[in-house]
Amino acid sequence: MAPQSAQRHGIGSSAEGVAVVSASAQLFDCRDAFARTLEEAAAADARIVAVVNDSLGSSKMGGFRKLYPRRLVNVGIAEQNMVGVGCGLANGGLIPFVCGAACFLTGRAMEQVKVDLAYSKSNVKLCGMSGGMAYGPLGPTHHSIEDLAWTRVLPNLTVIVPADPYETEQALGAALELDGPVYLRLSRMGVPNVHGEGQAFRLGRATKLREGRDVTLIANGTLVCRALEAARQLEQEGIAARVLNMATLRPLDEEAITAAAQETGCIVTAEEHSIHGGLGGAVAEVVTATVPVPVKIVGVPDVFAPTGSTAFLFEHLGLTAAAIHDAAIAVMRRKARKC
Amino acid sequence: MVHSAKTGHPGGDLSSTDILVSLYFGAMRAGGTWTNAEDRDRFVMSKGHCSGAFYATLAQAGCFPAEWLDSYMQPMSMLNGHPDRNKLPGVEANTGPLGHGMPIATGMALAAKISGAAWRTFVLTGDGELQEGSNWEAAMTAAHYGLDNLTLIVDRNRIQQGAWTEDTIRLEPLADKWRAFGWAVHEVDGHDHAALVELFHRLPLEPGKPNCVIAHTHKGQGVSFMMDRPEWHHKVPSDTELEAALKELQS
Repeated sequence: MAPQSAQRHGIGSSAEGVAVVSASAQLFDCRDAFARTLEEAAAADARIVAVVNDSLGSSKMGGFRKLYPRRLVNVGIAEQNMVGVGCGLANGGLIPFVCGAACFLTGRAMEQVKVDLAYSKSNVKLCGMSGGMAYGPLGPTHHSIEDLAWTRVLPNLTVIVPADPYETEQALGAALELDGPVYLRLSRMGVPNVHGEGQAFRLGRATKLREGRDVTLIANGTLVCRALEAARQLEQEGIAARVLNMATLRPLDEEAITAAAQETGCIVTAEEHSIHGGLGGAVAEVVTATVPVPVKIVGVPDVFAPTGSTAFLFEHLGLTAAAIHDAAIAVMRRKARKC
Repeated sequence: MVHSAKTGHPGGDLSSTDILVSLYFGAMRAGGTWTNAEDRDRFVMSKGHCSGAFYATLAQAGCFPAEWLDSYMQPMSMLNGHPDRNKLPGVEANTGPLGHGMPIATGMALAAKISGAAWRTFVLTGDGELQEGSNWEAAMTAAHYGLDNLTLIVDRNRIQQGAWTEDTIRLEPLADKWRAFGWAVHEVDGHDHAALVELFHRLPLEPGKPNCVIAHTHKGQGVSFMMDRPEWHHKVPSDTELEAALKELQS
């Protein structure tokens, strides 16, 4: 059963709209697509339940509660318990979507994620809301730039970071079809649609959004639209950049990474996550073991962020099309020097 | 099992054995042909380090052949040091780190309420384990949702790793704590099979409230030189000690 009704919109084409957090391209909050898709799925499958930690609003589960009051469990502010309750609901035959802020859901309950979900292979869909720098001004306590490093090391746990509403909807459908634990990481920051009508989403497979042989840009989540914008800038300079959307961080599409290394000779990764242990680390692990080529990782540098809005922090920390562009130029120079 | 594996928790195994026996052979629809039945009662061994007593009970209940017990903690055994539900029939939840069982059991009991199923959920925790905050998070959830199909049994042997609970971090007044959290509480001799079974048969203690059974037990029950001795929380008996212990237990 794959929910199908997400409204399709035009691909964001404005350079300004993609390069910065807001501007002329139409931007969407992936949580809307998530909530709508989950409500539709729940209509078709009575086993679907939602679990929240006093996060009804931030998870956009108000509609779900209205439709299915008995299938919405609010455990209060108690993340360890929430993940354990999710495990119990799954072991009791239901399919829980456990929704909360990504920073607490993973960090606060990490041992439960490891033991109760991953090790147990419990059929729980863990939905980390407002990942990355979404809670900009609230500071590093609320930023979630470690969650992908933490979750992607766990056997059995599928990790997905969708880039737009369409992919969010598809990822939710794929998570439902999978009998096992999933960590789905969503942003609350506006993103344009980056996928064309009917573009296939396959779990564990990168989506090639642009062909190119000079350099490969691999991104996920909110950085995919920025990688596309960087590729457009590079094209104007005569550089053909391949763009891969690596929405599934685990299991990783090693084939696409190896092909990129072989065919383009250098790689830039971009993610709304620490430069340590996330997509960049995962790609580097594959590249060093297969076709060693220069890799440059764009992400949050090894610091706790200063205060400021999400838009400010994206600029300040270099989570921008310009930074990806510059990284591509630098990594191509290293390729030329063969180091 | 502990002797041949050269590791384990014999003190806690012995304090919880009578509770496990009362559940599997007196109260629960579990084991034997129930093992994989959808409407079986669920049991979560939150004190997963006492897997020795748990595995012996499951084998006796017909979940798997008794010969498997000989492989306890051996390389590639199905009988891990702590229970793995994907390996061993009859295990409902992976446990080991403390404070995981209560939330999981709460979720299981909620699942039954949501789907209208009649099976009941039991969870056994150690007493020292109650120092983990996750138990109290689950206690609030279970009371809020009125999970009278959930029964917690506290193995109140008063000893945790290395010391008495009350000398480590005080738990008393334990019954009052559970009552204050909205649970129905009953205290019982955790080595009295008849009392335990009778109690389990008249659950729920109060409609609309989760059940807390504080089972007063002795660490190392049945073996005079282990009984109420903190060092036997995590100690392997020598050959002579094993022989003496078995003689006492069989008498």
